[in-house]
Amino acid sequence: MSEITREQLLHVAHLARLELREDELARLEAQLRDIIAAVSKVSELDLTDVPPTSHPLDVVNVWGDDEPRPSLPVEAALANAPEREGDFFRVPPGGAT
Amino acid sequence: MIDTLRLTAEGAKDMLDRKEVSGAELFAAYLAAIGERDPELHCYLHLCDDPGGDGIPIAIKDVIGTKGIPTTAGSKILEHYVPVYDSTVIARCKAHGLRILGKTNTDEFAMGSSTENSAYGPTHNPWDPSRVPGGSGGGSAAAVTAGLAPWALGSDTGGSIKQPSALCGNVGLRPTYGTVSRYGIVAFASSLDQVGPVAKTVRDCAYLYSIVAGHDPCDTTTVEVPEIVLPQGDDLKGLRVGIPRELNDHPAIEPGVREAVQRAIELCRELGAEVGECSLPHAVDYGLPCYYLIAPAEASSNLARYDGVRFGYRTPDATDRLDMYKRTRDEGFGDEPKRRILVGTYALSAGYYDAYYGQAQKVRTLLAREHAEAFERFDVLVTPTSPTVAFELGGRTADPLAMYASDLLTIPSCMAGLPGLNVPCGLSEGLPVGLQLIGPQFAENTLFRLGHALEQAIGFDAVPARWR
Repeated sequence: MSEITREQLLHVAHLARLELREDELARLEAQLRDIIAAVSKVSELDLTDVPPTSHPLDVVNVWGDDEPRPSLPVEAALANAPEREGDFFRVPPGGAT
Repeated sequence: MIDTLRLTAEGAKDMLDRKEVSGAELFAAYLAAIGERDPELHCYLHLCDDPGGDGIPIAIKDVIGTKGIPTTAGSKILEHYVPVYDSTVIARCKAHGLRILGKTNTDEFAMGSSTENSAYGPTHNPWDPSRVPGGSGGGSAAAVTAGLAPWALGSDTGGSIKQPSALCGNVGLRPTYGTVSRYGIVAFASSLDQVGPVAKTVRDCAYLYSIVAGHDPCDTTTVEVPEIVLPQGDDLKGLRVGIPRELNDHPAIEPGVREAVQRAIELCRELGAEVGECSLPHAVDYGLPCYYLIAPAEASSNLARYDGVRFGYRTPDATDRLDMYKRTRDEGFGDEPKRRILVGTYALSAGYYDAYYGQAQKVRTLLAREHAEAFERFDVLVTPTSPTVAFELGGRTADPLAMYASDLLTIPSCMAGLPGLNVPCGLSEGLPVGLQLIGPQFAENTLFRLGHALEQAIGFDAVPARWR
């Protein structure tokens, strides 16, 4: 499998909404290459006919009853807000999200 | 005088029941021990006032949400976060009268094997403070060994209960996936995360497990749990104990660890168990790569919630919203969460998903199948928990892959959703060696039975030599 490039790393960091300053990139880049190379070992195996496991228990979907219950009060939901305006979380304007 | 170094939770309960000690005196005895020994060890990130009552005190890993008590997950991004509700396990502990002593140190977001990834500084091993206590739950494990709590709750994704218990010389259970609610727990990798007990004895471990286990409508991955039996006997007649070759002969296993584990296996025979060899062909070579794809992939999704909007840290001077997200996460997360978020995002990204995440999920199927095959012949599998005894602080921090290899032997069974119990089985170079007992799903009682019998036969002195 091909090695991860600086451009790919920056793209992945953008997808993950991580700024990654230049000094961090220098520190993390080589480590990430080593980690990706190590985990690539899974590709050695031919697992064409093996089904994937996403969940360790053999359980199926669980349905909840459609009954209204009290939820977190507004004040509690906003208690840890970095910034609020009235009953809303306030965020800076603009910028692509 | 209460000797918190030796007092078990059962012992504490007896003293309280017989009114030999008041709840307040007992709580104060632990706070005094913390005042004496925690400045050196740094097990606790936050201490609580005695809430009153006469229940047994308990320490709680700081990834477990506690209403009105700070819950940081060892991260700067949650430095001032105070949950507005209790996690289900905390509600269960409180319903049982347990009183929270404080919140214990952890690698940031439970990502690590030494607690050195905590944003608040590492915990030190009670046996030798120049060494790590293991991780991520090193705070809980070290606190129990150092008599700073009679027992504790931890969480385990790939070894974060079992490995610190091994390195600190106590008993830790990673329960079967789905037996303990994760409602209110800081999520790391949701198909793997489990909450479990850390204790001085197997009976205490089983007792605490019985308090926290059970179906919870707030966590739809939980199931009904079989009745939990506190172990009593020391007879292992009829028990079939399997020794997986690959996990017992691996070159990374230190000679002293191998010897202590071999002696414990001999004891199984002497106590009447049928012992035989078996094979888990992919467990060692593919377990770690499989885990270090699936866990980071899930982490990259779970940690997306730390965006500076609703709770946690927000960068003070963002120019716009995108800038706010990126700088908040850059400034708030430490290196290890960043590494895992990046690896996980990469493994899930378009063009790489099938080769990495999809392939790892198939390897997971192989691991589950080969464990299931072993359990057709055996009731329990026995291996070392950690290939080494506690390593030096700083010894593995420069090389993430060396740190990841600490969990070589705990990870395979975690991938299969299996329960695992660490039981101390001796010393090597003056440091504890842990024995890992792995069972089929929901076979916790079998692990308790074997663990208790071995514990009695081994007679391990869990008090670090320097405090005897």
